[in-house]
Amino acid sequence: MSGGGFLQDLSWPALAISAALILINGAISLALRLKLEKKLAIAALRTVVQLLAVGYVLGWVFAVDRWYVVLAMMVLMTLVAGRAAGERSRWTYKQMGADSIVSVWGSSWLVAAIGLFVVLRVRPWYEPQYVIPILGMILGNTLTGVALGMERITGELQSRRDQIETLLAMGATRWEAFRPAAQSAVRAGMTPVINAMSVVGIVSLPGMMTGQVLAGQAPEAAIRYQIVIMFLISAASGLGTVSVVLLVYKRLFSAEHRFLYWRLTET
Amino acid sequence: MTPADTPPLLRAERIERRDPVAGSVLLHPASLELRGGEHVVLSGPSGAGKSVLMRSLALLDPLSGGALLFRGRPVPACDIPLFRSRVAYLRQRPALLGGTVEDNLRLPFELKINAGRIYMRERALELLEAAGKPPNFLAKEGRDLSGGEAQVMGLVRALQFDPEVLLLDEPTAALDPESTAQVETLVLGWAHARSTEVATVWISHDPAQGARVGTRHYRVIAGRLCSADGVVIEAVAA
Repeated sequence: MSGGGFLQDLSWPALAISAALILINGAISLALRLKLEKKLAIAALRTVVQLLAVGYVLGWVFAVDRWYVVLAMMVLMTLVAGRAAGERSRWTYKQMGADSIVSVWGSSWLVAAIGLFVVLRVRPWYEPQYVIPILGMILGNTLTGVALGMERITGELQSRRDQIETLLAMGATRWEAFRPAAQSAVRAGMTPVINAMSVVGIVSLPGMMTGQVLAGQAPEAAIRYQIVIMFLISAASGLGTVSVVLLVYKRLFSAEHRFLYWRLTET
Repeated sequence: MTPADTPPLLRAERIERRDPVAGSVLLHPASLELRGGEHVVLSGPSGAGKSVLMRSLALLDPLSGGALLFRGRPVPACDIPLFRSRVAYLRQRPALLGGTVEDNLRLPFELKINAGRIYMRERALELLEAAGKPPNFLAKEGRDLSGGEAQVMGLVRALQFDPEVLLLDEPTAALDPESTAQVETLVLGWAHARSTEVATVWISHDPAQGARVGTRHYRVIAGRLCSADGVVIEAVAA
């Protein structure tokens, strides 16, 4: 299958058949009385609607091919990812949303810039065919790292309050008191990418690579892209996790080496 | 120099605390002086502000007003860890930091503030003996400690650094009489050996204990520091 391939013209009936497979899940839900039918139906509908919508939006962005449209799209994707990253924690503080967005934004754009301009050398810089999917993949994983890091750091600070205050009372600096919680949170945030990197190609074939191969590209070429992507993803995810943990540190520990625990509230 | 010329170890000048969220008053302006050799006991109803006052004395919570002087000087932010290593605050339930009793005793030596100090087992054993604990107490796992044992561990952890002021927040409130006696013996023995060099502040609900461990007595009632017979020491500023 040189170049094109039969998959390019995936027909609507074919899509409908695959969509009908969701009925299997529905049947499971009914058989086991999981009461998930409604949720399944909504989730399935969302998949179709969201992907169709994004297909049209991307088609339009590609066709318009203007830097400001691409940039606006990038900002929108980043804001959505940043917001989602901050909505998971049980313990929150006032500026949590802003800190999540800053962490996701800073780390993903920095790493995407390195990937697009230094590694892949995309010309022009806003070439949407590259910029949007690559930023999207980085954002998806950074979001996970930041969300896990945020969830863990706030949870750890809450549950370790006694330890933190004991350390501070013994003369620990705010950083010394914060460090054990930070280590645990950064570890949690980086675990998914480490796991993903360990099994990639053996257990899982990443979506991008699969897509490229299905679309007719030689596996070796697809793999080279995938290696780049894996490292971009892990770098951005690690940076995002560390930066969100540091932002939480700035918010919850004062220069007087105090733990401002009252700023953490339960959602 | 006569004692009156030397600045007190700790001097609180109309220190005040408000709830950082609600803004309500937790501690009305309170003034207190603590000189070497003095042993102050704070009593009063639960929730009246004894712990608030004591945490303020350790600079653990931000003051809403007033000033705290250590040896006559305010403590700049960068010196607060040093200050806290000299003015040791012990909470009612000491936090265990993982591992055995000895691991817990060693841990603070890793802090920057204690760089250059080395953990000495003999010193730890000496303090433990004063509290009636055998040497094998060191090997006990932190999670297996009873409330009284944890309190002894917390005290030894603090006392091995020879602080100048010891702030004890209800150290024996949850302990049986035997553990209470051990804690008192340990602290009083330590303090008496240093006579006028150190001072202690105890929060206690038990008048008998107050009489045993204190040389000066205060009550904290509804956020106000009062004399032992309940008279407000400092009037609220208009």
